[in-house]
Amino acid sequence: MFRKRFPPEEERRVRANDREYNEKFQYASNCIMTSKYNVITFLPVNLFEQFQEVANTYFLFLLILQLIPQISSLSWFTTIVPLALVLIITAVKDATDDYFRHKSDNQVNNRQSQVLIRGSLQHEKWMNVRVGDIIKLENNQFVAADLLLLSSTEPHGLCYIETAELDGETNMKVRQSVSVTSELGDPNNLFSFDGEVVCEPPNNKLDRFCGTLYWRDKKYTLTNQNMLLRGCVLRNTEACYGLVIFAGPDTKLMQNSGRTKFKRTSIDRLMNTLVLWIFGFLVCMGVILAVGDAVWEREVGSLFQSYLPWDPPVNNFLFNAFLSFWSYVIILNTVVPISLYVSVEVIRLGHSYFINWDQQMFCSQCNTAAEARTTTLNEELGQVEYIFSDKTGTLTQNIMSFNKCSINGQTYGEVTDPLGPQAKRLDFTPFNPLADLDFCFYDDTLLESVKVGDSHTHKFFRLLSLCHTVMSEEKSEGELVYKAQSPDEGALVTAARNFGFVFRSRTPGTITTTEMGRPVTYTLLAILDFNNIRKRMSVIVRSPEGRIRLYCKGADTVLLERLHPCNQELMNITSDHLNEYAADGLRTLALAYRDLSEDEWEAWSESHRCADKASDCREDRVAAAYEQIEQDMMLLGATAIEDKLQEGVPETIAVLSLANIKIWVLTGDKQETAVNIGYSCKMLTDDMTEVFIINGHTVQSVRQELRRARERMIELSRTRDGGKESGMEGWGEAYFSGNGLRGGQEGDGTESGGGGGGGGKPPQCPPPPPPPPPPPPPPPSPPSNLMDNVSGEFALIVNGHSLAHALEADMETEFVSTACACKAVICCRVTPLQKAQVVELIKTHKKAVTLAIGDGANDVSMIKSAHIGVGISGQEGIQAVLSSDYSFSQFRFLQRLLLVHGRWSYLRMCRFLCYFFYKNFAFTMVHFWFGFFCGFSAQTVYDQYFITLYNIVYTSLPVLAMGIFDQDVPDHRSLEYPKLYEPGQLNLLFNKKEFFICITQGIYTSVVLFFVPYAVLSDATQSNGVPLADYQTFAVTTATALVIVVSVQIALDTGFWTVINHVFVWGSVGCYFSIMLALHSQSLFRIFPNQFHFVGSAQSTLLQPVVWLTIALATAICIVPVLAFRFLKLDLKPQLSDTVRYTQLVRQKKRKPAGRSVGSAWRGVGMVAEGRLGARGGSRRSGYAFAHQEGFGELITSGKNMRLSSQALANFASRHSSSWIDTLRRKKHNHTHTPPSASGECSPAPSCVSGSLPPLSNSSSVLGGSQETPIEEETVPACDVQPVPAVSTKTHPAAAAGPESAAPPGPAQASSSSVLGSSAVRCHGGDSPGGWTLSLGSVQEALFGWKGFAGRSGASNSQGLPPVAKETSHIE
Amino acid sequence: MMASSYSAKDEDGHITVTGPGGAALRSKKPENTAFKQQRLPAWQPILTAGTVLPAFFIIGLIFIPIGIGLFVTSNNIREFEIDYTGVDESSPCFNCSQNFSWNSTQPCTCSIPFSLEQSYENNVFMYYGLSNFYQNHRRYVKSRDDSQLNGHLGSLKQPSKECEPYAKHENKPIAPCGAIANSMFNDTLELFYNDPNGTKVLIPLRATGIAWWTDKHVKFGNPGDGLNLTAEFQGTTKPVNWRKPVYELDSDPLNNGFINEDFIVWMRTAALPTFRKLYRIISRKDNMVPTLLRGNYTLEVVYNYPVRSFEGRKRMILSTISWMGGKNPFLGIAYITVGSVCFFLGVVLLIIHHKYGNRNNSADISN
Repeated sequence: MFRKRFPPEEERRVRANDREYNEKFQYASNCIMTSKYNVITFLPVNLFEQFQEVANTYFLFLLILQLIPQISSLSWFTTIVPLALVLIITAVKDATDDYFRHKSDNQVNNRQSQVLIRGSLQHEKWMNVRVGDIIKLENNQFVAADLLLLSSTEPHGLCYIETAELDGETNMKVRQSVSVTSELGDPNNLFSFDGEVVCEPPNNKLDRFCGTLYWRDKKYTLTNQNMLLRGCVLRNTEACYGLVIFAGPDTKLMQNSGRTKFKRTSIDRLMNTLVLWIFGFLVCMGVILAVGDAVWEREVGSLFQSYLPWDPPVNNFLFNAFLSFWSYVIILNTVVPISLYVSVEVIRLGHSYFINWDQQMFCSQCNTAAEARTTTLNEELGQVEYIFSDKTGTLTQNIMSFNKCSINGQTYGEVTDPLGPQAKRLDFTPFNPLADLDFCFYDDTLLESVKVGDSHTHKFFRLLSLCHTVMSEEKSEGELVYKAQSPDEGALVTAARNFGFVFRSRTPGTITTTEMGRPVTYTLLAILDFNNIRKRMSVIVRSPEGRIRLYCKGADTVLLERLHPCNQELMNITSDHLNEYAADGLRTLALAYRDLSEDEWEAWSESHRCADKASDCREDRVAAAYEQIEQDMMLLGATAIEDKLQEGVPETIAVLSLANIKIWVLTGDKQETAVNIGYSCKMLTDDMTEVFIINGHTVQSVRQELRRARERMIELSRTRDGGKESGMEGWGEAYFSGNGLRGGQEGDGTESGGGGGGGGKPPQCPPPPPPPPPPPPPPPSPPSNLMDNVSGEFALIVNGHSLAHALEADMETEFVSTACACKAVICCRVTPLQKAQVVELIKTHKKAVTLAIGDGANDVSMIKSAHIGVGISGQEGIQAVLSSDYSFSQFRFLQRLLLVHGRWSYLRMCRFLCYFFYKNFAFTMVHFWFGFFCGFSAQTVYDQYFITLYNIVYTSLPVLAMGIFDQDVPDHRSLEYPKLYEPGQLNLLFNKKEFFICITQGIYTSVVLFFVPYAVLSDATQSNGVPLADYQTFAVTTATALVIVVSVQIALDTGFWTVINHVFVWGSVGCYFSIMLALHSQSLFRIFPNQFHFVGSAQSTLLQPVVWLTIALATAICIVPVLAFRFLKLDLKPQLSDTVRYTQLVRQKKRKPAGRSVGSAWRGVGMVAEGRLGARGGSRRSGYAFAHQEGFGELITSGKNMRLSSQALANFASRHSSSWIDTLRRKKHNHTHTPPSASGECSPAPSCVSGSLPPLSNSSSVLGGSQETPIEEETVPACDVQPVPAVSTKTHPAAAAGPESAAPPGPAQASSSSVLGSSAVRCHGGDSPGGWTLSLGSVQEALFGWKGFAGRSGASNSQGLPPVAKETSHIE
Repeated sequence: MMASSYSAKDEDGHITVTGPGGAALRSKKPENTAFKQQRLPAWQPILTAGTVLPAFFIIGLIFIPIGIGLFVTSNNIREFEIDYTGVDESSPCFNCSQNFSWNSTQPCTCSIPFSLEQSYENNVFMYYGLSNFYQNHRRYVKSRDDSQLNGHLGSLKQPSKECEPYAKHENKPIAPCGAIANSMFNDTLELFYNDPNGTKVLIPLRATGIAWWTDKHVKFGNPGDGLNLTAEFQGTTKPVNWRKPVYELDSDPLNNGFINEDFIVWMRTAALPTFRKLYRIISRKDNMVPTLLRGNYTLEVVYNYPVRSFEGRKRMILSTISWMGGKNPFLGIAYITVGSVCFFLGVVLLIIHHKYGNRNNSADISN
């Protein structure tokens, strides 16, 4: 902050080993300083910063006002004590933060590095490294500054770095030195190196560097490829030398860590607005009272001067009124208490700690607890409407497992009997000592087939063991570690390994495997590498017997076209299998081979070499050559790999979408993969009305596609509405009589189903731009408001290149209105920047709270731009976590974060604010009324000590306790009833209206608190005849009444009385009395007679029965209306939370064992339903499984990376994802081609993938089944209800393991359906039978929200839930 | 607020590579305590019909009897009030109020006849009341020096600034200083019973026991040992409006100087511009005779205190006292009203609850 600013650098010149030369430029040293203060500057700087806060300055201003005797209506300490307290708390916090910054700065600055000084290596601290120094780095050391790599111990001047700290990626990157310097080798040579680097000035672009090295009169171009950036770690490289180019604050790491703006919550902003309003209110009151003062002084005061002359400088009533205005500003300033901001911070801090402490958000596998990295956003977690999620690593684990395969028309891996006992995991060890113990497979027929020596099976696995780019490492005999660049490949090779075809090692020209225990070495003739267009890879190998064979694996769409015609029949069967796999959400690959004769090989090899050497269009030619040989192949079969979802993802998504949160997936992955995951995590279902794919490459086509989608939506929803018109009525009614969330339901047109019963909905989506040209079909161009009424479930899939157009300014609104009408939106092939843009788009157009969740460096931009950023602390480094506001390790924790912590935080904060404003108005406004009786003289009603302590002692702790500990419903209930989340989204609990209610209540209380004692005391006397109407008795009575009233009020507001609440509430009242008695005691008076005027008042006042009667009366008058109003609200229009809370209470009272049989019944039905799963067809969504970088084949065959394989590979991260920057760049290169993609196949009516999620609870797989069940069936309600326990059983595993789970389905169905029926009947009363049926159907929809109407499901939700609730309560 | 998102700690983040033998690795699992998991046992009250409605009835049933009791008690209290400001020309004190001058040495007296309709039992308390007198004005309230009044010698000679402009007079410190003391009520009231036989009987008035005990014994004190007040107050001057210095307020040394009870009573400022202050107590002589008989009385006023300049009013009040103090009809009526309203509300809410209420007593959320 105080660093001198030089004119910005134009370019940087660095000469190696020449400190004097470099010092001319005064480049920053390598000492970093992130701390803000030191011991001396702390106080002034910190105070200066604190007084930049408007609130603090305001109070300072008040303090100064109070020092003017003519104005001072309060002693100076009434302001300075709270202000000092606030300043001290903040200062202590700042000091602690800064202390830790100092510590870590010191630690980093004092790290040792080896610097080449005068030809010898010397140890220097990091902070003493200068620009232009040559430093030596050793393996696993942090790079001290941004270096130009000069030489390395590795061949070709290569070195490997890990950039996890920089961009979050854990895979290793290669850096290479300029060839001339790579020969410099040892220190002596390096010392004589005097090259000069001219390069760009410091900037924050991690992926770019441009400069030139001038040495020995030659120019060498430098790129990012030659740079080692600070923050990286050197890996697998013995040592290297580098020239310091940027140091300290100039390094890219530091440049990137720029100051980020604190995010503010909407409550914060509202609070600031309200505080401004209150200031306005304060000024108004001041003006009113000042006018009153002017009038009074003129009419009365001037005549009263014989007893009370004006203070000397005052000579007329106007001046007096002016002073009175300021005096009133001082005493009324407590409407904006200093302690508000501090209390809010304390509460948020408490909530953050609760998040950090939550065991249920702790992942034991990775030993990571959830972490609230920002403490200022908690309540916004309760208001989220849009979630933007990354896919890989967030929804999925990025772990691939070999799940099924089809070999020669025979499918393996199907678990045959879902009802039977858990299928046994195959044990491979007796058969194959080299097997990987972690590998899971359940179908023993495949193993049998291998054992009996089925040739197809053998070929199949041989292919898998040969056709890949995996590197292996064998630390000791049999202990194989595969390093695959994509997890898919790893999974396939591991599968082959376990089935007896073990890939052992490779050299550039050979692959060594162990086939059925027999070592075989193949000669690797060629790797026909993967790329995005080819969607396949092949290897050509020569077996020991000399046979040449091409093995190919690739996307079925591509591969099946290139088969030999004789495969037709097998192809059909395999194709069916592929469809099945795809329906289960698996990623499929087809495998084929082709025998080549020596001649064919020779010929092709020649042509390939030719193509390879061609200087122009090399890539095209090589591709053509590959194409040429990959023909007439023989189909072997297909594999199905499961892209494992993170635990609990579908359930979480289901719960979140029930909570009316819209989830968008923004992924860099390909469309197929993304759609696939969309299906497997239940964002997309086959029940969806339509899935739109926006895939256009031009502005026009995108616009056209968007418009078509909208027209189609309106058209479809119209036909739907027509059909369901009657039903809608029932819906609407059921819903409105329901939980009183009426406003909530109307809020968003997107989800609230057809316009039938929902009534008018305020348009939320901005209307699409008006001028759509007349479309071909009859319905005219859609009026904008129609978009808000679209019913039905739509999904939108947008491709990256289309998104680029859609995000342009003129199409934004169109895109938003289309996308927001859809239930699910998936954007694929999205660049990090686009992710942020999408988030910004929703932020600006929808005014909704957004949350972005991701785990990789590519998510950083969106995490930063969303209101709330959540980082998954997964395997992809810590970059996302570092820039996030919250972090945890599993996607499923999100539901707890939002629905439990967020909801509570929001609730607590709202209640806190309501009460806080209330109590301060009640406190302060009494002065206003008193003004009319004291000649507008700004006389306070209370003792000044009371004014000082009221906010910081007497009333702060109970409301803090409520703000920190309050719960309306227990955590598991808010997960059970996600609808409870809605008040937060609609901002119902604290808004301007609520604020006005609070202050009205506060003002009412102040009226009562002033006028009741006024009326009672004015004529009253003590029992010894002394009048009670003296000022001090009045002050004590009013203050006591105030403390009691606000304590009763907090007692009413507190919904969750823990020990702490009790202690604080009672303690505060007790505290009030004891402090007052102490302050009014004789001993204090004897010491400071001029400070304690109230001596004896407390004792004398509180002994009077009349005073207590007055207090009781005031309390009753204040509280009774509130009580009546709250009761009425609760009785007539209960919120869902009230109902849940109430049922909770009732349930605690009578726990009868009725629920159990019902619960078990569902389970039985669930089993049956699951059986159906297999029968369903599915559209094929074959994702090309191993997707990733091309060019690895080349690396292998060139042998360049083979040195790595010895020891280095041990550390080679198995991550597939390269730097997103690389991806970006590559994207640019490949821009011309886009995957021809299976969009044709998947767009019209994708049928479902469901059930086959692995060992989730069985009920979740029923989920898929139940959706199809026609609602007319009588048994349906039973099985429809069933999925809900799936959500709750997560927390109560006991439920799933109940002994009754095998109960016969028949009677159970009957009983459960009757339970449901009765509840439905109860709530619908005299509805038509039609309505009844519908409500049953709606239960189903509401439960998981896959069908339309999710927005409405408020009512049906609660209809569906009761039996479930019964059961869970029982389980507890 | 801005902050640097970079901290070197983060840079350090991954340097600790957890080996495979991570047994020594400390589990970061949060503690499973009820507090940290927000599972503290808690009472969760809900406003149900079962709790709220009885509460209303109970409040009603408690308040109404109390109100009636208060009302009856208050009604049994005798109170008599007479305005002697002398605003009307017919008023006996009209002349005194008209001709008032601060400098007149001749006290103006006036006598006001009045009659009591009922006899007053027990102790009778005599008050003077002032109206439109702003004893609660901020500048008035603060214009005193409690340290001086407590008898501190330093403050006696050097009154606090708060007393301005009544801190010093002719370069001598004023004792007692300040606007409150300066404006002390100094009318003298005497009460005569006009015996039916024609004689006027002076009713004895007690001037002590009218101040708060703490005021008299703690808050106020004479400087020094209080034996020779004239000497102690040497070097000070009397307040401008006073006719005699503070040490001549009473002949009784225990009621003189700062601890004069009339003075103390005045110094206890009133909360409202219309107030009464206890002036004298008429003690009951014996149980058989009422303290004040029914009949005619005369109030003799030495009219020293001008209030007409600011349209103030002066009253004399006679009142008896019960356990709850003087006459106070408001409290009783308020209690009866609030009690009835509560009761009524209870009934209304009960009806509403039965007719429209959400009588959901099951453990299910059925609608």
